[in-house]
Amino acid sequence: MAYPYVSDREVRLLSRSFGDPKGRRLDTYVERGGYQALTEAFGMGPDAVIDEVKASGLRGRGGAGFPAGVKWSFMPKEPTRPHYLLCNADESEPGTFKDRELIRWDPHQLIEGVLIAAYAVRAKQAYIYCRGEFFETTQVLAKALEDAYAGGYVGKDILGSGVDIDITVHLGGGAYICGEETALMNSLEGRRGQPRVKPPFPAAVGAFGMPTTVNNVETLSAVPHIVVNGGAWYRQWGTEKSTGTKLFCVSGHVNKPGNYELPLGFPLMDLIEDVCGGMKNGKALKAVIPGGSSVPILTAAECKGVNLDYESVQAAGSMLGCASVIIMDEDTHIVKQVRRMVDFYAHESCGQCTPCREGTAWLAKVLRRIEDGMGAEEDLDTLLGMSRQMTGTTICVLSDSAAAPVVSSIQKFKDEYLALIRRGERAGVA
Amino acid sequence: MADTPNTVTLTIDGQQVTVPKGTTLLKAAKQAGQAVPHYCYHEGLSSPAMCRLCLVEVEGAPKPMPSCVTQATNGQVVKTQSPLALDMRTGVLEFYALNHPLDCPICDMSGECFFQDYIHAEGRDHGRSVEPKRVFGRDDFGGDVLFYGDRCVMCTRCVRFMNEMEQDSRLTVVERGNRSVIDTFFDHGLEGTHWHGNIVDLCPVGALVSKDFLYKARAWDLAHTPSICPSCSQGCNIELHTRDNLVQRVKPRQNLEVNGWWMCDHGRLSYEWINHGHRLEAPLVRDGGAARATGWKDALVALLDRAGAAAGKGIRAVASPFASNEDLAAFAALVKELGGGSIVYRSARADAEVPLKGYPGLARRKDLSPNASGAELLGMTRVGGDDARGGLESVAKHDGIVLVLGDALLDQTADFGRNAALYAYFGARGGAATEAAHLVLPITTFAEQEGTFINFQGRVQRFWPALSGPGAARPAWFALGALVAQLTSTDVIRSAADAFARMAQQVPAFAGLTYDDLGTRGAVVSETAPLSGD
Repeated sequence: MAYPYVSDREVRLLSRSFGDPKGRRLDTYVERGGYQALTEAFGMGPDAVIDEVKASGLRGRGGAGFPAGVKWSFMPKEPTRPHYLLCNADESEPGTFKDRELIRWDPHQLIEGVLIAAYAVRAKQAYIYCRGEFFETTQVLAKALEDAYAGGYVGKDILGSGVDIDITVHLGGGAYICGEETALMNSLEGRRGQPRVKPPFPAAVGAFGMPTTVNNVETLSAVPHIVVNGGAWYRQWGTEKSTGTKLFCVSGHVNKPGNYELPLGFPLMDLIEDVCGGMKNGKALKAVIPGGSSVPILTAAECKGVNLDYESVQAAGSMLGCASVIIMDEDTHIVKQVRRMVDFYAHESCGQCTPCREGTAWLAKVLRRIEDGMGAEEDLDTLLGMSRQMTGTTICVLSDSAAAPVVSSIQKFKDEYLALIRRGERAGVA
Repeated sequence: MADTPNTVTLTIDGQQVTVPKGTTLLKAAKQAGQAVPHYCYHEGLSSPAMCRLCLVEVEGAPKPMPSCVTQATNGQVVKTQSPLALDMRTGVLEFYALNHPLDCPICDMSGECFFQDYIHAEGRDHGRSVEPKRVFGRDDFGGDVLFYGDRCVMCTRCVRFMNEMEQDSRLTVVERGNRSVIDTFFDHGLEGTHWHGNIVDLCPVGALVSKDFLYKARAWDLAHTPSICPSCSQGCNIELHTRDNLVQRVKPRQNLEVNGWWMCDHGRLSYEWINHGHRLEAPLVRDGGAARATGWKDALVALLDRAGAAAGKGIRAVASPFASNEDLAAFAALVKELGGGSIVYRSARADAEVPLKGYPGLARRKDLSPNASGAELLGMTRVGGDDARGGLESVAKHDGIVLVLGDALLDQTADFGRNAALYAYFGARGGAATEAAHLVLPITTFAEQEGTFINFQGRVQRFWPALSGPGAARPAWFALGALVAQLTSTDVIRSAADAFARMAQQVPAFAGLTYDDLGTRGAVVSETAPLSGD
């Protein structure tokens, strides 16, 4: 069966092997020009690699969108202690499924990216931290890594260059919060997966107390292409500030949900109407969550004219995040959707900070009550009040993420809340 | 403090403060007179900045900052009482209140609870939550600790104490989100650890309570008296919490030179002997027949009369390392004035020290008495075994003067001192070995009098009277001092401070020290002085 998630408008750079079972093999990868970037990087020296990535404008694909080259340049230039490179493959954001596909279809692309990044930040040891539920994915990656070791691409004296880099694949225990970089480090070290207080930042005190860089799978997968073709080449796609291509994970009420690699700045409506084949059953669009469950919701009206790049989505009042586009049609029960998301955050809160530990659970309870028709109008003020006190008050942004959809949905879909509350009042349940 | 390269100056609530570099905002605020509420932060432990109660507004910072880990910088403008800071704290307190039970009337912590304090000061006047509360119930953590899960505020001080100080990870946080709870591993509780009582002190609410203290007293009925732990030669600074003239519990008192914030479970729970009855309440005089209660004056006159008759046969005296320096010095002075003789003491020793690994210098010492150092310093000799028994054979059969201070003589028979021309016993309780005593004189314990002990480091530390002594019991220095005054025709000593001053004149190691100098922190005696204990 042909890989179904394709479109003419895609730029298949990172996703070129999607749907091709041969793509994950070392020989195929090398045949298609794989591991050339590695040799080239070793020839350039670490600083030149960092400069090239800076020149490309590549931004972190994990959600924050921080320029990757700049992040690498924070690492000490003369290592006095071991450095570590961590690849964050703990892809857990609801609606996101790009890293899993990148690893499943093209593991060597990631391994090469990890090697180049490790070389650039002067790390001799890299870890790929996989989400606990990614069992098959991790097996594919482990097999690829074994082949790469056997082929001399990883380990001691890589390809005779004198560079030593080891890669370890680590399967997590299955907690959303371990996708947060400092919680990931704690988990990797064998501690509870709880975010750490910053500062100190990972580039100074990271995994095992050593300087550490953490990059997303998609970021690292883009690195070999940039090293081979140059930073300027990568800028041919995207906008001035959001360069290159990006995998968009589209889910929800469209005819062809899936992973699509598109240049950044791609129009949102084109993504829905053209790439994804339009709304399912011809229903009207109601709302879009453009960047994974932790970003504010956009109404159908707000979606008009929005381009999918970091700046444009922010201007529309949301965030591009990790580009997990969740499409909701007119029949969608917004309060229920929000409650489902908040339930997720309440379940996944690490329990460290009080506003998050108690707040997420309370949000979920109040939303459930409203959904069951037992809410009151004051509950909306309570929800907004506690959301305010959950935003910016905690170590990491999980509680901000839980509060964001609540606030934006009350602002934009207050009628739906009120309808539920009134229906309950009429029925005499409240 | 003037501005130097090692200090920073910042503004807290409109007030300029200069603090050493590296000082946290929480400490700087304290210096400026603002107590910022906090749960997870404790001076003696690491700071995870997770309770989010100490958030303050820092001008220019995008978010409120946790003051327990944010370092003060030059020119910073910090607001602990601004509308934003208050809003954050009120919010966090409301989150705590969601699941906190309203069981203050039956909670041991009530009255000294930081949740009560903070909620009363800055909490909302009524809660907005109508959802059912989460219920965890109770758990026996083993040792002296009971856990009331519903009251827990998840500050993890207890977990960090066990990890960082006791270095025995028996406590942990299990589960996550609002299902997270403190727990032990399977059936391995806190039994066998030696410092776990401190987690009860650390708990800012009533989640961890002492089984020993459970339902014994309300916090507001307790009087707190600074004292010194008498259970070993470490000399941990403690507070005796008393009610109805009984010690209800013992709590550590901060002294960074000695015990930090901590004390061991052995010391914490070894206070029952102080409360025991069966005390000597009046001086007893025995002239051949049965003992007869009398007044102090008659008893002391009788003692001097007999001593005069027994003169020349030598003195053999037994002192106790549980007696204060003042008592021991007065005892030594009496022995000297009656013609001189040997003074011995007995002290129990444990096989090994029990250190608190995370706090160097703090351990339950081998020497299980509080003032063996004082006894050594005053020229007394240790005899007997490590169980504080034996070693008194020559005293028991002595036919001259036998004097005993404090030692309960539990291993001795009714024949002890039977041959003596004068046998005077100064003690808190009588026993078989006092049956032959010509005089049995009631003295107070350390908890009932003022005085000083010297710990294993040579630190002289004061303790204060927490209880009133029974009947006519008096501090030993008072009775002994009166005898010495009579023999030397000097003024009677009327206070413990005078007794200490008199000792400081006579014993070089104490030279120059006064009660005022010692204060509540103590001072080290002259370093050349011989000390006991380790």
